[in-house]
Amino acid sequence: MTQVKARSAPQAASAQAGDTLVEIRNLEKHFPLSGDFLEQLRFKGGKLVRRQEFVHAINGVDIDVRRGESLCVVGESGCGKSTVARMVMGLLRPSGGEIRYDGERIDHLSPRQLLPYRRRMQMIFQNPYASLNPRMTIQQTLEEPLRFHHPDWKTPQIRDKVAEVMDSVGIDPEWGRRFGHEFSGGQRQRIAIARALAVDPEFIVADEPISALDVSIQAQVLNLLMDAQETHHLTYLFITHDLAVVEHFGTRVVVMYLGRVCEVAETRTLFSTPRHPYTQALLSAIPRLEDDRPDYIRLSGEVPTPVNLPSGCVFHGRCPHANERCRREVPELIAAEGTRVACHGVEEGRL
Amino acid sequence: MALLEVSNLDVRFALRQGEVKALRDVSFTLDRGERLGIVGESGAGKSVAAFTILNLIARPGYIAGGSIRFDDRELTTMKPRQLQQIRGNKISMIFQDPMMTLNPVLTIGEQMVECLKAHRRIRTRAAREIALNKLRQVHIPSPEKRLDQYPHELSGGMRQRIIIAIALLLDPDIIVADEPTTALDVTIQAEIMSLLLELCEKHNVALVLITHDLGVVSQVTQRTLVMYAGRVIEQGPTREIINDAQHPYTQGLINALPQMATPGSRLNQIPGAMPTLAKIPPGCAFHPRCSFAFNDDGSPRRDCREVIPGFVRSGNCDVACHMVRDLVENDSDARDPVEIQEAP
Repeated sequence: MTQVKARSAPQAASAQAGDTLVEIRNLEKHFPLSGDFLEQLRFKGGKLVRRQEFVHAINGVDIDVRRGESLCVVGESGCGKSTVARMVMGLLRPSGGEIRYDGERIDHLSPRQLLPYRRRMQMIFQNPYASLNPRMTIQQTLEEPLRFHHPDWKTPQIRDKVAEVMDSVGIDPEWGRRFGHEFSGGQRQRIAIARALAVDPEFIVADEPISALDVSIQAQVLNLLMDAQETHHLTYLFITHDLAVVEHFGTRVVVMYLGRVCEVAETRTLFSTPRHPYTQALLSAIPRLEDDRPDYIRLSGEVPTPVNLPSGCVFHGRCPHANERCRREVPELIAAEGTRVACHGVEEGRL
Repeated sequence: MALLEVSNLDVRFALRQGEVKALRDVSFTLDRGERLGIVGESGAGKSVAAFTILNLIARPGYIAGGSIRFDDRELTTMKPRQLQQIRGNKISMIFQDPMMTLNPVLTIGEQMVECLKAHRRIRTRAAREIALNKLRQVHIPSPEKRLDQYPHELSGGMRQRIIIAIALLLDPDIIVADEPTTALDVTIQAEIMSLLLELCEKHNVALVLITHDLGVVSQVTQRTLVMYAGRVIEQGPTREIINDAQHPYTQGLINALPQMATPGSRLNQIPGAMPTLAKIPPGCAFHPRCSFAFNDDGSPRRDCREVIPGFVRSGNCDVACHMVRDLVENDSDARDPVEIQEAP
């Protein structure tokens, strides 16, 4: 119990400060499907027409990340959760909308202007086999961000910092001389976390950091992330599809479907009383250890393609409660008993 | 008599650096219509076990010892031609990645007909009829249309349904499913698993389900086999293993799940990682990570470090652990298997 208290203490402090670290407003991202200008030209009825197609990956997403929290973004593959993460980090440029970091707008900055923010926000990627440079030793990997962000630091100072970071994530200093391929997945993810922590960030975006790892190793890495949050006072934006991890790790949850936010709630509220029909279906599908047979909510059909988005609510085609209005009108996120839900059914009180 | 009886199976891979023992002394049985789960982390040998049942182990791997008896016929020494009559026919397999399993240049119908024709003398028209019927059984919408579609036109969940339909095509006795839902989303996973369960029950097909997900095992299987570093370390009724695991590794695996800890608190992690098969520690392979491998005075237990533990009966489970053996021997009537069986 004491551990639980220790973890929630900094959150209480941040709630007092009540400030939003990252503010995402009406974010949009479209990826062109139809290639360059010449490839877009088609003959149609004897005329040359230009036709463009887009993947509508993100369609108007609002997310607030509060200082000190672990905000989890969940959804199935193709719902745009990783795209949101990459846009927040400035790895992708949004097609529309705003991203504010600590009150300053960052989505339109040039890479050079973004530099000071890059030191404050770091990313941990899904695949630890691909995210470490195979030609660098672990020592070089951990030194690189420091040399880059602190050009004035002397070598001994950098060495000290690397040693400190290695110690804090439980890396043997002996590892420094070895290369990435010599380590297992869990060890590599530990190194990736060390690299992210090296520049003392305040905000970490973790994109499925434990999906590629085994169960017993997942627990080690999750513990490490939670310890790091406590000691470094970190804020997490945690992207995952694993709801069991969310229930354990997240303070608040954002549920996404086809590039839109369906529901935002405190973790406990979301898991005890999911409001959006999609959230309900998602939660009912988690394989549980209890011996009763799964009584999950069967969704009809499949996720539509994000090329031609459905009209109205993106979920209406699979929703058991959809009516005429759902097919026509896009639902807004509205506050409903402690959560925010984008569903006409909840708004009208029929769900 | 059991439908499938694997005993003392030894599988090795002859590599340049030396021999790697991928499976050591693996024994289990499978009855008609029974659903068995094989759980373990990557590298535990669970997929090798599955592949070996169908003799799909390719060089440099080979079966170094033991036997696999299916319907009282020995599979390990069988000629390829004879084996062909069992493989895909009596025992069929579902692989992990639905994107890789289907042939991208053949339509679904062609692949299904091809499979039927390989095993039976049958006309194309009749084969298509059977294929259509199987597609209906796996609840694929508009099956007539699907027969003439190519795999790339279908989603991952739909492809896995088709693969299940192909696995059922020749009315097998056993389906071996190697992580059938790992590549899929949770909602699709739930659908596929309930479909597999429904079909196995309806047609009395036995299922060997390989997975790392204890939740899936708990909901689908009746018996579970836990593997670690190429060995079976615990086997028994699934409910008993989930609710009351005996082996320290199984306990650790279950306790490490986020569901088992208070939200926000630290998870119960198992220290270290599974050894690579080339460097398996002597004695019990789990002893370097095990918190029970110590005597009362805190010194390391010699038997854990030196002697490979044999199976000991505890409740209805077989457990390979020195600590559990001591407990059972000192307290032989604490867990009486007969009593447990008779309990409602």
